[in-house]
Amino acid sequence: MKTSEQAYAYTPGLKIKRQTIVAKVRKLPIRGEVLVGVGDLVSHDTIVAEGSIPGDPVMVNAAFEIDVEPDALRNYVVKNVGEAVRKGDIIARTNSIFGLFKTECRSPIDGTIELVSDLSGQIVIRGSPVKIAIDAYVPGKVTSVIPSEGAIIETNAALVQGILGIGGEAHGKIRVLASSPRDVLGAENIPEDVAGHVLVGGSNINFDAIMRAVKAGVRGIVTGGIEPADVTKFLGTEIGVAITGEEETGLTLIITEGFGQMPMSQRTFDLLKSFEGHMAAINGATQIRAGVMRPEVVIPHEKTFEQISSADQLAAGMVPGTIVRIIREPYFGAIGKVHSLPVELKRIETESEVRVLEVELDDGRIVTVPRANVEIIEE
Amino acid sequence: MKYILATDVGSTTTKARFFSKTNEGWRYVTSGEAPTTVEAPYEDVTLGVINAVREVEELTNHRILSRGGRIIRPSKGNDGVDLYCTTSSAGGGLQMLVAGVMRIMTGESANRAALGAGAIVMDIISQDDGRQPYERIRKIRYLRPDMILLAGGTDGGSTTHVVQIAETISAAEPKARLGAGYELPLVYAGNKDIRPKIEDLMGKKFALTIVDNLRPSLETENAEPTRAAIHELFMEHVMSHAPGYDKLMKWTDVDIMPTPAGEGIAMQVIAENYKTNVIGVGLGGATTNVYSVVEGKFVRSVSANLGMSYSVCNVMKETGVENILRWIPFQADANEIKKRLMNKMTRPTTIPQTLEDMLIEHATAREALRLGLKHHKTIATRLKGVALGLERTVSDVFDQTAFLEETYIKMMNIGIIAGTGGLLSHAPKRTQSMLILIDGFQPEGVTRIFQDSVFMMPHLGVLSTVHKEAASQIFDKDCLVRVGTVIAPVGEGKEGESVMTVAIEMPDGNTKEEEVSFGEIKKIPFKGNEAAKVQISPRRGFDVGAGQGRKREAIVTGGEVGIVLDGRGRPLRLPDDSESRIRRLLDWLGAMECYDPNRLSQIQSGK
Repeated sequence: MKTSEQAYAYTPGLKIKRQTIVAKVRKLPIRGEVLVGVGDLVSHDTIVAEGSIPGDPVMVNAAFEIDVEPDALRNYVVKNVGEAVRKGDIIARTNSIFGLFKTECRSPIDGTIELVSDLSGQIVIRGSPVKIAIDAYVPGKVTSVIPSEGAIIETNAALVQGILGIGGEAHGKIRVLASSPRDVLGAENIPEDVAGHVLVGGSNINFDAIMRAVKAGVRGIVTGGIEPADVTKFLGTEIGVAITGEEETGLTLIITEGFGQMPMSQRTFDLLKSFEGHMAAINGATQIRAGVMRPEVVIPHEKTFEQISSADQLAAGMVPGTIVRIIREPYFGAIGKVHSLPVELKRIETESEVRVLEVELDDGRIVTVPRANVEIIEE
Repeated sequence: MKYILATDVGSTTTKARFFSKTNEGWRYVTSGEAPTTVEAPYEDVTLGVINAVREVEELTNHRILSRGGRIIRPSKGNDGVDLYCTTSSAGGGLQMLVAGVMRIMTGESANRAALGAGAIVMDIISQDDGRQPYERIRKIRYLRPDMILLAGGTDGGSTTHVVQIAETISAAEPKARLGAGYELPLVYAGNKDIRPKIEDLMGKKFALTIVDNLRPSLETENAEPTRAAIHELFMEHVMSHAPGYDKLMKWTDVDIMPTPAGEGIAMQVIAENYKTNVIGVGLGGATTNVYSVVEGKFVRSVSANLGMSYSVCNVMKETGVENILRWIPFQADANEIKKRLMNKMTRPTTIPQTLEDMLIEHATAREALRLGLKHHKTIATRLKGVALGLERTVSDVFDQTAFLEETYIKMMNIGIIAGTGGLLSHAPKRTQSMLILIDGFQPEGVTRIFQDSVFMMPHLGVLSTVHKEAASQIFDKDCLVRVGTVIAPVGEGKEGESVMTVAIEMPDGNTKEEEVSFGEIKKIPFKGNEAAKVQISPRRGFDVGAGQGRKREAIVTGGEVGIVLDGRGRPLRLPDDSESRIRRLLDWLGAMECYDPNRLSQIQSGK
């Protein structure tokens, strides 16, 4: 059998790293003022940059309100472009004979006159600017400043990426509730003193347990799997496309393996267990299409471990010995190492002829799977 | 010129296709595929292109890349290629916001023009969209499009409303999706009388392009200048800001084309070559693009969130899991189906390894097609607002339903259905993709079914803009698979009752007569290069295109599958109780020889 020494066409995997340099780009959505400098030490809630976005504009059909033609509106405005107005101020007015009957148009908001249109007869009033700020999210050191936009914060940390998350950025101490990656968490497994924590489960957590955690003030939950019905109940709607992070569900949920009862990978479980009690920054934001973004657990620490650099792993591609996770039935969730990379197409159960690889599973079995159905685990 | 390389940088996978000139003309040689690398940690699409091309090199022993990872050009012996071109839909493709004055008139014309140019339309803003101005502004600010198309007003007509819409967009100050320092392109294709005003209002805030009015009068739609402007701006502004595209643009010999535009060209070529009405579909990972060419009019629709990988859960959400379950030929649990499809969504590049998994995907594909065509029909309509031979009254102006025209797509008038996209092209047997297309689109009368062999319609679409001869030779010999012809009468009956008799005059002179009962499907092997005269005699209440119960004669061509006699009725209804439904599905799959029967019965018995 002819085999490749290396495969380039593989799916980049999820990171499970004991130690890595996590660099977070913290940027405002618009230009503003950066409040930190290179070398500054920051905590997760330090404001890195702030700015203001133009307020919402409100359009008033002024010509219609004072009953004049749009091209005559300019003759009746009492506030000009650039002038500030308060809610209720008259912005345009007509006087009838002897000034007895007035028709007025008033501003519905506090703001500034931005446009008086003699074609449409509209007046656009821009609302007061809205302040926005961005924090550091992870404690660490400012390594670079992006002028007028934000900064890059670097920290030495452990990093676990999940497959899908719900909810945005949150912080809390890691607390492992499962005694093994196969444990299922129910409401009875959620203790009372868990406020402010990030809980770690095993293969599944049910809806009642999540709701109890929300009630107890938990910041986040990390689980191997979850039933689709429980996600729908928690979200209040079915997931259509995997773009998440904006949900306001009371806590951030991170699924590490997939849907259903899916034991958390032993490596992920052991890593989280070894950092029990540490502060973690978590983010459920997921975007699988157009600029992939996976949910994450970042645990800043000062330890060092020996490991292969991620750049080296990516450059090397997939070679015999590479640790992979199988991500499709019938071996979904199994972890093993690449045994060989046959070049020839192979016919599988579906009668498709595809490129495959042989994986030696942890239990010693050697199984054949399509190359598309594995991902490299970056350790 | 001896070798051509074409790629499609898809949202999931980058697909390289390698072509060479042989004694028989231009032919397809092989494919290489690799995950698209638009996202972190790579953020450079050229890496995915290189990986896909390396697969081609490995399979052919033909060196295409230099040591530095550049495409070697021109070719010399077993090294390099003479031409490289690509299409792209990575990074979400071209996402546009369109605006017009009235939703069913200029709003729809703008929508059609943007779709025709290969865009995904994020929203249609119009004066009568039922939203308050502040709601429109909020939506415009929330969406981060790649480009805006503003239409509205006929030339010489009223200007007030189009100015109001322009002022709304201007006030909202939308930001572009890619990069803060990037000026958002805006195409104005509305009433020409207010161009100076539009320049005043938009010129400083947007990269403004003014083109001829898309709807110069109610009776005419002039989409070409708009389409051309969108293509130009796509290259100039959007592509150059996507990760790695600046490099990729320098590698190609011809402008990068949005994938759907490439597919659209291919569908138009089919309609032109076969001189018939065509419905085409690109069933992708993220979107379902449906194309129609009816009486020469080309229309494309895109269902941005109906796809077979990233958007597979949205298919389930829109249609309901029960509608997917109804196509699955074994007892399946709704929760299990949801679980598998949700896992597919989160790992979109995986492929089914078990037959059970593939049957679930094929069931979902039928629903994606059904929903995609339903959506397409809402866009493929006559110009709304045109009174067909009638003077409009004042009350008509206020009664919008008076303008509403039904779609002009009638399945009975469609001569060819053509499918492309990963799932259809990669289906292990052509009978599977043929039945998926038949079940999803439910053709009526006599319809030929074509399919893209290994997903190269977009590649050939872009290639045809620079090397028509090579593109058409490859298209004919290697891309377009003639799958077969389906004969399907419209009507409903009782199971077992006769629906039609079909007399087929075989090329050897013999006549084969087939009786088809209601609820039955039959497959008659018949090669693609053979044509036969058929006489179809439908029973009372059934119509094959000549009227109920009336005979129809036609020349039919076979294909890799042959002639399919579909007596299941239109609309196709499946039994409600699961036992008879599964029995019926197994009969159909068996008659079509779609899947391994032994494995199917093992799945039945839960093995």
